[in-house]
Amino acid sequence: MSATAARPSAALPGLGRKIGSLRRERRWALVTAYISLVIAAIFMLGPPLYMLLTSLKTSAEIADLSRSPWSISTVTLSNYAAILGDPMFRGFFYNSIIVTVLVVAITMVISVLAAFALARMRFFGSQVLATGVFLTYLVPDTLLFIPLYQIVGGLGLLNSIWGLVLVYPTLTVPFCTWIMIGYFASIPKELDEAALIDGAGWMQMLTKIFIPVALPGIIAATIFAFTVSWAAFVYPTAFITQPDSMPLTIGVVSQLIRGDTFAWGQLMAGALLAALPPVIVYAFLMDYYIAGLTAGATKG
Amino acid sequence: MTLPLIAVIAGLVAWPASYAIYLATLNRRMTAFIGLDNFDILLDNETFRMVIWQSCFFAVTAVLLKALIGFWLAHMLHHIPTKGQRKWRGMLLVPWVIPPALSTLGWWWMFEPSYSSINWLLNAVGGPSIPWLGEPWWARISVVIVNVWYGAPFFMIMYLAALKSVPDQLYEAAAIDGATGWQGLIHVTLPMMRNIISITVLFSLIVTFANYDIVRVLTNGGPRDLTHVFASYAFQVGVLSGNIPRGAAVSLFMFPLLAVVAFFVLRGVNRRQREMA
Repeated sequence: MSATAARPSAALPGLGRKIGSLRRERRWALVTAYISLVIAAIFMLGPPLYMLLTSLKTSAEIADLSRSPWSISTVTLSNYAAILGDPMFRGFFYNSIIVTVLVVAITMVISVLAAFALARMRFFGSQVLATGVFLTYLVPDTLLFIPLYQIVGGLGLLNSIWGLVLVYPTLTVPFCTWIMIGYFASIPKELDEAALIDGAGWMQMLTKIFIPVALPGIIAATIFAFTVSWAAFVYPTAFITQPDSMPLTIGVVSQLIRGDTFAWGQLMAGALLAALPPVIVYAFLMDYYIAGLTAGATKG
Repeated sequence: MTLPLIAVIAGLVAWPASYAIYLATLNRRMTAFIGLDNFDILLDNETFRMVIWQSCFFAVTAVLLKALIGFWLAHMLHHIPTKGQRKWRGMLLVPWVIPPALSTLGWWWMFEPSYSSINWLLNAVGGPSIPWLGEPWWARISVVIVNVWYGAPFFMIMYLAALKSVPDQLYEAAAIDGATGWQGLIHVTLPMMRNIISITVLFSLIVTFANYDIVRVLTNGGPRDLTHVFASYAFQVGVLSGNIPRGAAVSLFMFPLLAVVAFFVLRGVNRRQREMA
């Protein structure tokens, strides 16, 4: 606040005598900002760092109450080796990958086609449908999992990853369509007119113009679909009870916690490995990730 | 081209939603129609009344804290030199990126009674050990803490994007008129961001109110069923105890509040669309 106030005053001669105090005020504001950010960073990064720390300790050291839990004496990768050597855990990973890849592909096809139609073709009910898409986005999965449990059960898809592939699009399609409508609507009409004059059909227009021009939007939507299906928890918890077909989230939470003595090191190693793919995507594509996050409200 | 979309909305959202209403009017074995008895029984049940109360308490406290912390952090980020902003933003968004079910495992381990690393830190500065997940009130607070940890970065990102869209000239004009920083915040920043703030808060209210992951992993409803929210209770009644109609009734209790909130979100988004146009 005071930092922005200081800028114009330097340009105004009449306010010159206030500059000294403003500069002090500005420095003070900067110090407050950094202190707040450091505290926030400790709070935000503390838990994942502690998970990492635990995953690198031996079981004996974890159980040793006489030493600080925040220190580490012998770094070991044995927890990671143990968890990666567990065929059940590799099975979870494999299930997560299949489900996520399929869901992302289905989602992108459905939402790009629908968004293109909704953004460019005016047809009966298109406005209602656009509103409907947004409303469905607001329906939480916890409201639907019981009827879906019945429906998926009726189809005989309980305990099968195909059941998950069927229901995950409810989590991803509405938001992806919504942000793609925003991106497509921002493409100037002159571009499609030019294409029409050159004799392009709707399909060519979509593949030759809309998809390339709105590529940042498509990347953002893909990242969103990927993160959501990787992290989905309610549906797999409800529909899957056999370890064979569990994806990572529920697998780590339900299967790695057994008995009274928890293998904390392995549990944390498993959780971190499971969280790795979204974190990697985020690390490399942060700007797209954030664009997708904010697009829902600012583009629209 | 919209047919697949319509199929998803109709088949996997609209149809299950109406099916839920039908399910909720059946008896336990799903053989007879019993009208609103399920809702009646639930409202007479003390545990369920506690669930209503706990869901509201959880959603309101968590969303308020997330909004305040998010707003504060967005403001602080906005004020440091642009060069460093990316780095800080990247670090502070990490909780939002990790699947919540997995990061909650980490919190659970940090709250673990005998090995709690948080209690170790508290003891180190002379504080008492806290029974994080053992006492009802502490368990409720723990759930709120984890939810705030997970959700505050989202608010921060949304508010930061909104702050960036406030034109500098407005602040300059305010400064020339002699406004202090505080007045600038109240009379320039807040009115310009009002819409985004309300959309984000309402949206988060829906998501928090319907939250399942954190309660399931952290407390699983305990101690003594005192930290259940609608979603986890519906799961326990409907899927684990096998009373599907009653479980459907529990989750349908979320519907009125969600409908009201959704109405306001939609109004906010439409208004914003008109402003941007």
